[in-house]
This record gives sequence, structure tokens and C-alpha cells, in this order.
Amino acid sequence: MARYIMQRIFYLLITLFLIATISFFLMKLLPGTPLTAEDKLSEEQREIILEKYGLNDPEPIQYVNYLGRLVQGDLGISFQFDNRGVTQILMNRIGPSAQLGVQALVIGTILGILLGLLAAINHTGFLDYGSTFVAVMGKSIPSFVFAGLLQYFVGVKLGWLPVALWDGFEYSILPSIALMIFPLATAARFTRTEMLEVLGSDYITTARAKGVNELGVVFKHGLRNALIPLVTIIGPLAVSLMTGTLVIEQIFAVPGLGEQFVSSVMTNDFPVIMGTTLLFAFLFVVIILIIDLLYGVIDPRIRLAGGDK
Amino acid sequence: MENMLEVKNLKVSFDTHNGEVQAVRGVNFNLKKGETLAIVGESGSGKSVTTKALMRLLPKPHGYIKEGEILFEGMDLVKQSNKQMQKLRGKDISMIFQDPMTSLNPTMKVGNQIMESLIKHQKMSRGQAKKRAIELLHLVQIPNPELRVNQFPHQFSGGMRQRVVIAIALACNPKVLIADEPTTALDVTIQAEILDLMKDIQKEMDTSIIFITHDLGVVANVADRVAVMYAGKIVEIGSVDDVFYNPKHPYTWGLLGSMPTLDSEEAELFAIPGTPPDLLNPPEGDAFSSRNQFALEIDFKEEPPMFQVSETHFAATWLLHEYAPNIEPPASVKKRMRGIASTASGPKGDEQ
Ligand SMILES: Nc1ncnc2c1ncn2[C@@H]1O[C@H](COP(=O)(O)OP(=O)(O)OP(=O)(O)O)[C@@H](O)[C@H]1O
Ligand SMILES: [Mg+2]
Repeated sequence: MARYIMQRIFYLLITLFLIATISFFLMKLLPGTPLTAEDKLSEEQREIILEKYGLNDPEPIQYVNYLGRLVQGDLGISFQFDNRGVTQILMNRIGPSAQLGVQALVIGTILGILLGLLAAINHTGFLDYGSTFVAVMGKSIPSFVFAGLLQYFVGVKLGWLPVALWDGFEYSILPSIALMIFPLATAARFTRTEMLEVLGSDYITTARAKGVNELGVVFKHGLRNALIPLVTIIGPLAVSLMTGTLVIEQIFAVPGLGEQFVSSVMTNDFPVIMGTTLLFAFLFVVIILIIDLLYGVIDPRIRLAGGDK
Repeated sequence: MENMLEVKNLKVSFDTHNGEVQAVRGVNFNLKKGETLAIVGESGSGKSVTTKALMRLLPKPHGYIKEGEILFEGMDLVKQSNKQMQKLRGKDISMIFQDPMTSLNPTMKVGNQIMESLIKHQKMSRGQAKKRAIELLHLVQIPNPELRVNQFPHQFSGGMRQRVVIAIALACNPKVLIADEPTTALDVTIQAEILDLMKDIQKEMDTSIIFITHDLGVVANVADRVAVMYAGKIVEIGSVDDVFYNPKHPYTWGLLGSMPTLDSEEAELFAIPGTPPDLLNPPEGDAFSSRNQFALEIDFKEEPPMFQVSETHFAATWLLHEYAPNIEPPASVKKRMRGIASTASGPKGDEQ
């Protein structure tokens, strides 16, 4: 098991290296420099700044320097905010994003599971059609539409919750709801399908034939088997949330990574763009790794296979 | 002997998109204490549905008991509430299923799956139940039960899993055990072991068994009586000797004739022509008439009643009517009957 984890971490580092490389050269392909928008600068001033940030060096040299700093955990210095390290900027920004992401993922998935479960138990009944409707809406309507609706009705019309900005828990509620619709809908569809399949399987009949009551059949025998495959979609869901935050943070003016990323793209702030990309990539591969390990913990069939090797 | 189970005019239907499928169309039989009743018949004849109905485990909501009584020790199971059925299932009536690879919960330890009904029905503590689970695994001849009790189903072979399923079914010493093709999915040597195990356990516990199988050799080996089902009805029922040596229904002749025996020299088997009737619109008269080379005119018009052949032997064919012509089973069938008798005599002889 330890060997397996080491191996996975090794692959993880290779993945990050590749992403760093690709994002570096993609940056170089972008038109313009960080100074494109600054038309008040004289030719000389430009030269000084480009020199200072090493942007006049040949690209291979820039690349090697970049990697060298990266290995030491230094993501470089932002062009936009003078003299502030990218690492520091990202650290300041990660809090709100993480809070939104975790709230949306955890609550959305749990509500989705419950909804899917109700649908499966009430197969072809009212609850089933109701939850199917919710799930289809949630999957097909983009989150920014929900964001707008929430802002207008809950924020403006009812005045229950703040429309935007970031100043305490209540500010996180609307953006979290807008973000959680997608994982909720996905988890609901998935749980319903899996649960229906599990409830039709032979071992459920065995459980009934033992005299297990319906509650026991659904929760003790059904749910665990239905949820094991759900673990596999949590990773992709978490990733979709990361991209979701790009839009949602912008709409709700949340000072998170997503909003930072968008504004950095606008100003060609290469170090911040690359730093954010790397951070997203890092979170992504770590989540996938955790999910894989978790899968082994909850599925005894995989646990054994892992233990033997 | 006292009747454990009396099934009277049981009718089971399924509501489907195309209409009502009449899967079981008036089945009558009884099961005595300690006896084994085999149910045989072609695929789709309603064997599984009949036994699922006995446990009230028909798929809801489209499968339902339309009519009839199922008397278990005099109590009509058709009229029991779900709660009462839950108390009965696994305690008084248990079931063993066909496919041991899918009938155990893959994410639950084998021990917990056995303990579940002990805790529920016999109010045992977890500790007591675990001890009993180990004893049960020992009873079904699983080596190292102390170790095995903590393992998951995927750590067992198919034959071992079927032993676990049997242990689960036997946990609370049920009065009636229903085995729906318990050995079909297993290879031949394992089949024989499982059958021997079931016979031993039955002797020990005096359980009544309903045994569904396609294998007439197995019937001869394990059963006291046989019911032959066709298109949702029992067309012939009697002791193994009655049905194997003196079959009266042409469908039974067909079944016996289509069964390979160890010492049958000729390769050619007698096959029943045609296909079973559509249970959406069961035909008028005898459901077997269109495939029956011995059909009489009346077979196409009116359903035959159960005629009594002997004290233990009944068959539903107009051939038994006093005005019917005297028709003997085909010669090839007679020959097979002798063949089956000789395959059966081996294991049976052992028991004496
Ligand atoms: N869930 C269901 N919905 C609709 N029809 C069903 C359902 N289950 C069984 N039937 C019908 O009931 C009839 C009897 O099926 P059953 O499973 O009892 O056959 P069987 O005698 O056990 O066959 P086999 O030997 O293949 O197991 C079949 O015609 C089948 O089409
Ligand atoms: Mg069957």
C-alpha cells in the first residue's frame, strides 16, 4: 500500500511538471506583454521593466529560471501588484474559494444523494418524477443563470441575503447554492440509477428473504453498494466546481482564486495565471488521488486486491 | 403427517405494458413436514414465481397474488401484513437462490449476513449471533469458520458461497426451505456435494423443502414427491415413483423423454415440439394441447380437471377420463424411464 501511494505521488509530480511546462509555453504564445495596457510608459521605462522581470531573456532561459524557482516553491512575482509574490496572493485568495467549493460539494452531494434515494424508493411515483425534473433542470441550466436568479429574488426582492461581496458566512450562502446545483443534480441522477439497479439485485432479495425490513434493505444493504460508484464521480464534480468558481466568484464579487484568475488574464499577469493554473492542477490531482485511496477503503473487493500487491 | 404448507388455487399475475401476464394460473399442492417436494417444468412455467409468491416476495408493484390461499400451519399468508411477513421470512420460511455469485451482499462480511436474521428473529446479542454463525459455517462444512466469518463474499468460491447462502437460510431452523435451482450455477462435483449437504441437514432438522430444478436426475435423488408445472399450472403431481414410473400426462412424457440418461445408447432425444403458450392470452382448453401429439378434441375446448390416479398421484389430462382412448407413453419415453430409475437408484440405495 505504501509503495502504491509513493508510486502515485511520483506520477503526480510528473503531471505537475508537465502542466507547468505546458502552461509556461502557452503563456508565451499569448499575444501582448503585461505592459500592453500601460500606454503611458515610455520606451525606456518598458525596457527597464522587461529587463527587471527577465522577460528579455531567450525563452529557454526564462523557462529554466522559472522551473528553478518553482522547485523552491517560488511562483514568482506578480506584474500587476508590484512586488507581491504570487504565492502570497494565492494564499490570500484561496480561503473564500475553498469555503465555497467545500460547502457546495459537501452539501450538494449529500442533498443529491437524498434526492436520488427518495426517487429510487418512490420509483415511478411523484417523488421520482419530481427529483428527475430537479435534476434535469440542475444539469441543463448553467450556474450563472441560477446565480442571477438568486441575486434578484433572494437578494434584491426578498432581501434575505446579501447580493454580493464577501463579509462573513451569510455572504457565502448564495454563491454556494448557485455552485451546488450541478453536483446536486449529478449526484441525484447517479444515486437514483445506482440505487434502482442495486434494489433489483439478487442480494437484496436475499436480504428480504431473511426478513430484513424495508429500512434495513435500503440503508443497510442498498445504500453502501449504490454509493461506492458515486465516489468515482466526486473527483470530476470537484473539478467542475473549480471551473464553476471562475464564473460564480466574478458574479458575486467574491475575492477568491477564480476572480483573481479572471482579472489576471485580463491584465496578462503571467506569473499569477501560471500560479493559479498550477494550484488548480495540484488540487485536481490530489483530489483524484484521495478519491482512489478512498475507493479502496469503502469497497472491500478493491481493498483486498490492493493489500495483496 | 401434518401439512406445513397448503397452497389452494394460487393465481399470480404481472401487470406489464402489454397487459396482464398470468404467470401462475391456479396452483394447488401441499407440503408435509420433513418432506421434499420437487417442482419441475420448462423455463417460464411459473416455478420461481410460485415460490416467490409463497414468501410474498413478488416484485412490487406489478407482480401480485390475484387469488388463492397459502396456508402455513393453518395461517393464510396471502392475508398477512408486510410486518408479519417480515417476522416469518428467514425464521419459518427461508429461501436459497440460484446464483451464489450474486445472492450475497458484496460489501458485507459473510458473518454479518448470517448474523442478521439471528439478531432479528432470535433476539441474540451480536456475540451470541457470531458464535452461532461460526457453528453454522461449520455445519455447512466450510473449513476455518472462525476465520471465514470475517471475510467478504469475494473471498469465497461459488460452491463455498452457496454453502454460505444455505447457512443463512438455515440460521433460524426454518420449517420450510425453498431452494430455487440451488445447484444449477455450480459444476457437477460441487452440485453433488451441495445436494448431499442439503439432504443431511434436512434429516437433522426435519425441514420441509421445496426444490426447484430442471434436472430430473436430481429429483430422483432428493425428492419424495414431484410436481410438474406447465404454463402456470401443475399438470401432474405424485410421488417420485408415481411420476417417473407411471407418468400420465403427455407433457410429463415429453419431459422424461427429453432427459438424457447415463445408459441411453441412442443419441436422439425426444423433444417437445413447439413453444409454451403466451401467458398474456392463455389458450382455451388445455394449455398443452397445441404441442400434444395425443391431444383429443376436447383438449382444445375445455381444460381438464385433476384426475386422481392413485391415493398420491394426480394428473390433469383428458386421457384419464373414462371415455378417453387408452394411450400408452411412447416407447422411447418408457425406455428413458427405466434409465432414470437406474441413475436414481445409486444415491438412493446409499441412504438405506
Ligand atoms: N417481473 C416479471 N414481470 C413480468 N412477467 C414476469 C416477471 N417475472 C416472471 N414473469 C413471467 O412469469 C412466467 C413464469 O416465470 P418464472 O420465473 O416463474 O419461470 P420459471 O418456471 O422459474 O422458469 P426458469 O426455469 O427459467 O427459472 C414467465 O412467463 C415470465 O415471463
Ligand atoms: Mg426460475
